[in-house]
Amino acid sequence: MRFPRTHAPLPGTTLLAWRNLVHDRARFLGTLVGIVFSVVLMGAQCGLLVGFAQTASTLIDHTRADLWITAVGTTNVDIAAGLPRRWVFQAREIEGVADATPYTLQFAFWRKPTGGNESVIMVGVDLGRRYGEPWALAEGSVEDLQQDGAVILDRLYMEKLGVTNVGQTIEINNRRARVVGLTSGIRTFTQSPYVFTAADNAHHYTFLPRDQTTYVLVQLDAGADEAAVKARLQARVGTRATVWTRAEFSRQTQRYWLVTTGAGAALLLAASLGLVVGVVIVGQTLYATTIDRLPEYATLRAMGAPNRYLYTVILKQAAISAAFGYALGLLAVGVLAFAMRDGNIALALPPMLVVVLAALTALMCGLGAVVSIRRVLRIDPTSVFA
Amino acid sequence: MNAVSAQATRDPRGGGHAEHEVVIRLGEVTLTYGSGPAAVTALRGVDLEIRAGELTLMLGPSGSGKTSLLQVMGCLLRPSSGSVHLFDRSLAHADPEHLTALRLRHYGFVFQHYNLFPTLNAWENVAIALDLRGAPRATLREESEALLARLGLGGRGHSYPSELSGGQKQRVAIARALAGSPQLILADEPTAALDGKTGQGMAAELERLALERNCAVVVVSHDPRMLPFADRVLTLEDGLITSDRPGPGATQEPP
Repeated sequence: MRFPRTHAPLPGTTLLAWRNLVHDRARFLGTLVGIVFSVVLMGAQCGLLVGFAQTASTLIDHTRADLWITAVGTTNVDIAAGLPRRWVFQAREIEGVADATPYTLQFAFWRKPTGGNESVIMVGVDLGRRYGEPWALAEGSVEDLQQDGAVILDRLYMEKLGVTNVGQTIEINNRRARVVGLTSGIRTFTQSPYVFTAADNAHHYTFLPRDQTTYVLVQLDAGADEAAVKARLQARVGTRATVWTRAEFSRQTQRYWLVTTGAGAALLLAASLGLVVGVVIVGQTLYATTIDRLPEYATLRAMGAPNRYLYTVILKQAAISAAFGYALGLLAVGVLAFAMRDGNIALALPPMLVVVLAALTALMCGLGAVVSIRRVLRIDPTSVFA
Repeated sequence: MNAVSAQATRDPRGGGHAEHEVVIRLGEVTLTYGSGPAAVTALRGVDLEIRAGELTLMLGPSGSGKTSLLQVMGCLLRPSSGSVHLFDRSLAHADPEHLTALRLRHYGFVFQHYNLFPTLNAWENVAIALDLRGAPRATLREESEALLARLGLGGRGHSYPSELSGGQKQRVAIARALAGSPQLILADEPTAALDGKTGQGMAAELERLALERNCAVVVVSHDPRMLPFADRVLTLEDGLITSDRPGPGATQEPP
């Protein structure tokens, strides 16, 4: 077998590592397939985890509210309890509060034009303040919600809800409503689609008493101390309600859905499995390569190569495998995420996950190299005279 | 005990004879493999001095202790008892990493089966040895090609071991052993796998290197073709040096 000629000398360890790998291309390919499989498994599972988490808290993360007031005992944004609407006005009187607005979320039944019901979550938006208005509008506008009985939903759920076009009339809790717009990519974790409507309409469709709301969204004065305002609000509402920062309520909602449904544990378990599979595959193939090359390691040892030199060759083999496997695996995860962009399930691939995947791949290949390193460090240099 | 005196060898610079520096000295060296009833004694109190500028040939039947002695001299094995001094420094307390470092700094090895790296071409095989010794990366190729050219392999630097003949492979192995200018070259049956003419050429090459580079070359061999080029001939039997005499090479003037 002939290799491409080297024009610029590489460090000896890099040269040996690279040649050891490409000398047996079938085995190298096997290593890469193993790493790609692991990266895809870890990337897909972690991507789904992040996607689920982002989906679970998407309403919170997209509001412009700094603080949320919820009924005491509230565990997530989707399952809400009533609060006195007067607290909106009381909140506005607190020092450091720029504004406060009601925000309602209530489950309702959506009757499909083709027959049958689906559960939806009605999101009532104060159109005067628009803290929690729908975003990513693909058709229509938020202003269209000012019409009587107007609703906006995401086009991901059109088929599920039997909607074929904007302007279609449907029924929510036996009351007529009309689709005036569509968003793109506002998913729901509960599989009950969010249906945005004006606050007044929300009361109309959900039977929530008009003197109640489910949340009070608070915006702070510029430069206000968030912790101090939160404490003042908490003191004002006492033990009947909980005041959260947006980040706190977002985390709480994510934790609730990912923990109580077991989705988080299942996804993490599958991702861990990917890591283990990767370690085993990399470990086995690297070890096989190392065993094949033992006479060469023994020669190096006899020539006076220190331990550091020997294990650097193996670590570089692992690093080269990791780099190629990671690049291919990440590409595959990216393709998967792109393919799922219009699906009900989100596979997110944020920059942090790309970094975490790189670290996990490095860890996987590093662990896979351990057995080979241990073997090489025990090599007897006198074996070259055998 | 085998007392071996310091020898007068040829001065490579003047063609006459001169006292050369002792590179390695072994005193009362014994080497036993295993323990208890299964113990095998390979060396039984060997005294030996190896000097720079001479080619020492070690002869002896299989199991006589030649390779064990080579390994002790090469800091690859610790003697069970006795002393080893490299350039007058005792190795009694050297740990394995120190011995490894000494091999890197002072030794070159030539093996019976060449032990070239099959995935590297000729110049890369030599460059690895230079790289190990910390040679600047920019000069690796130039130095490697120069060493190969000295051994008659100019223009074969890009050939892989599988593309070289046995003699050419052994020349690459010698070039690799010479990388970093070691003071002691240990060769284990370097001509065993070579045909008659090639083996003789290789023996001449090793002798020339001992002279030109003023390094000590110790060759373990069964090969009578080595004999004419040896400055000194040691015969081992059953772990003892039974004979230590000047070789035919010691009486010849250098070319």
